[in-house]
Amino acid sequence: MFHRESGVFKTTYRADMALYPLPIAKWTVAVLALIFVVIVPLTVHEYYLSILNLIFIAIVGALGLNILVGYTGQISIGHAAFMSVGAYTAANLAVRLGLPFWITLPAGGLMAATIGVVVGMPSLRIKGLYLAIATLAGQLIIEWTINHVPAISGGAQASIQVERPSLFGVSFNTQGHLYFFLLFFAVLAIVATLNLVRSRIGRAFVAVRDQDIAAEIIGIDIYRYKLLAFAISSFYAGVCGVLYTYYFGIANYEQFQLIVSIDYLAMIIIGGLGSVLGSILGAVFVTLLPIVIRILMEDVGSLFFTTAEMANVISGLRLGVFGGLIIFFLIVEPEGLNRLWRNIRSYFRVWPFSY
Amino acid sequence: MTRFVRSWLGIAATTATLAFGGGQAFAQKELVFGLQCDRTGPTATVGVYLCPGYHDYIALVNSKGGVEGFKIKVLEVDNEYKVPPAMEAHERFKKEGAVLEGLYGTPQTAALSKKLEEDKILGTSPGFGTAAAADGKRFPYTFPIAASYWSQAGAAVAFAKEKLGGNLKGKKIAYLFYDNPAGKEPLPILEDLAKQEGFEMRTFAVPAPGVEMGAQVLDITGRFKPDFIITHLFGRAPSVSIKELKGKGYPLSKVIAFVWGSAEADIIAAGGMGVAEGYNTIQFAGVGKEFQVLKDIEAMYKAAGKTPPKEMDSTVYYNRGVLIAALHVEAARNAIKAKGGSKPSSEDVKNGMEAIKGFTLGGLVPPMEITAADHEGGGWVQIWTVKGGKLVKDKDWFQGYREIIKKHLAAEASKS
Repeated sequence: MFHRESGVFKTTYRADMALYPLPIAKWTVAVLALIFVVIVPLTVHEYYLSILNLIFIAIVGALGLNILVGYTGQISIGHAAFMSVGAYTAANLAVRLGLPFWITLPAGGLMAATIGVVVGMPSLRIKGLYLAIATLAGQLIIEWTINHVPAISGGAQASIQVERPSLFGVSFNTQGHLYFFLLFFAVLAIVATLNLVRSRIGRAFVAVRDQDIAAEIIGIDIYRYKLLAFAISSFYAGVCGVLYTYYFGIANYEQFQLIVSIDYLAMIIIGGLGSVLGSILGAVFVTLLPIVIRILMEDVGSLFFTTAEMANVISGLRLGVFGGLIIFFLIVEPEGLNRLWRNIRSYFRVWPFSY
Repeated sequence: MTRFVRSWLGIAATTATLAFGGGQAFAQKELVFGLQCDRTGPTATVGVYLCPGYHDYIALVNSKGGVEGFKIKVLEVDNEYKVPPAMEAHERFKKEGAVLEGLYGTPQTAALSKKLEEDKILGTSPGFGTAAAADGKRFPYTFPIAASYWSQAGAAVAFAKEKLGGNLKGKKIAYLFYDNPAGKEPLPILEDLAKQEGFEMRTFAVPAPGVEMGAQVLDITGRFKPDFIITHLFGRAPSVSIKELKGKGYPLSKVIAFVWGSAEADIIAAGGMGVAEGYNTIQFAGVGKEFQVLKDIEAMYKAAGKTPPKEMDSTVYYNRGVLIAALHVEAARNAIKAKGGSKPSSEDVKNGMEAIKGFTLGGLVPPMEITAADHEGGGWVQIWTVKGGKLVKDKDWFQGYREIIKKHLAAEASKS
């Protein structure tokens, strides 16, 4: 945020590592909390809440992928498959054993983490594009397994219907209720990631990413940390899948195909690899931008064309504009929206002086 | 330059309408329909023909004064065959006060069926979604309004039986299908029928994206040597199957395709109508241009000084779009009549949809009867065959093995 740190001196490591390096940052967080917990749900129409809900789910998944790709430097294009593992674990537990969401949600995450470790094992021997192909194999194997094992997929159309989550007798069955449900987990994921990346584990991840041999020499067990990165990332993905399951009321593996993995990779690359804010901005960008482009086009286009004529044009044009904007932002700032935001911030920090 | 100025004027005008608009929508009698579509995703080959058909029929109804005095406003959202945009689209339709919506895509239908029920807005899913959704008691707000994969399987076997001399005992039928949940859905029906009719059935799965099936076709034609082949494929796969079967010398007159492998585009992509002579297709809407409603649409375009759109030539998908629109309009008409001419709610429209009976639109729509219990409307199909360079009707509206489908629906219902 726009605030100056002059006069703030840090004299301990603890102060330097604090989540809020400046006192004013606490106020910023408090204002954000007020906006999202009180003002937005009271003033905004349900439709916009539904978009926010989709963004919240995407944030959880993007954070998980960023831990693996951005922080640890291990490429994965099997993220959507881990989501489906979480989704089907939770759906099976919820339907067959009637367990509530506060058990199925971590269970889905843990199951995804277990599978993630297995799929991540090739990372011990290969890197880069080779690892991408290994995780692609994981994606396809998981998709195939769910499709072909009725015990997992629930039989008809490989989908399992689940009841809405409920807590203390209140069912989260409107977009407004689901807003709080999903906001809670999105915030939890953000705070957990912020804490993770400034801990010993997070620093070890960064060391592995920057130079794994050097990391090994200074005493980081890279095998352990690579697998840990896969486990944590898959845990997030699993939770993201469970959230999708509760949000839609159904677990369906066709929601978690390869294209979704690519979408999530796009989110973190546009947002900024290796940053929490970048994951959030990326999730917002990829979810929101197509909707905004379409609404703008409809408003402008409706002045000149009929609905049917417009529908012919908008779909294709929208994809073009969306792709063009991605290229534009990446040319302006290759390190993503997060870096762009920081550039803007540091410009205004010294404004109106240039130094 | 003028175009530049005009676009800026457009933006200014938009801002103005956004600022001062709002209340004027209620000035005239208007009903809002939501339509989801896929014009850019993996099934765009269907969407680019189907959705214009929908819009054209609605425009035709509006040009004749609307439905019972109400103009229809269509909101279209392209969901790109992705699930999250489908939820966004639904919420948008709900915000704009849509009384019903057309769904697009099987995973999207699955993901929305619960939300539709909670919001009490009906969604139609012709050719999409699970066969069990025909059961209106279990899925009160999901309306397949067209033959499900189960009904298509029944129809395919009935057709094979007819072509093979009325007896399937000891005959061999191959089932070539896309290896996804939708592709596997008809299996229980086919297995049941194999037992009942005494034919031998073997299944051949084609993995996604279905453009490589040389091994399966060789297995079918070289080893299994079936008397009939039923194919259930999507996307580019149907064209490949036609090419491969033709290449191995299997007579296409002994092949029948489910509804997503039966468009002109599929046959043309396989090398043209001439190549696919004899290929049989299952249809849930009438094919061809010989319908009064299509002539009216053409006349509407000509009256406005425009040429009819080229999408009309792809009659299989275009006519399906017209069918969906026509059933939506009929549901609204029934609802308005039941309300004595006042504006119906989404629940009224649902009741209106459940009252559709004897509406055939000159043969484009099957003689379906949608009831509170049967949202499929009876599972009617036609068989159209490639003959002399075009699709020719081989068998008029019929239901294949309805009692078996009903038995399975009852079994599904007792499970939940």
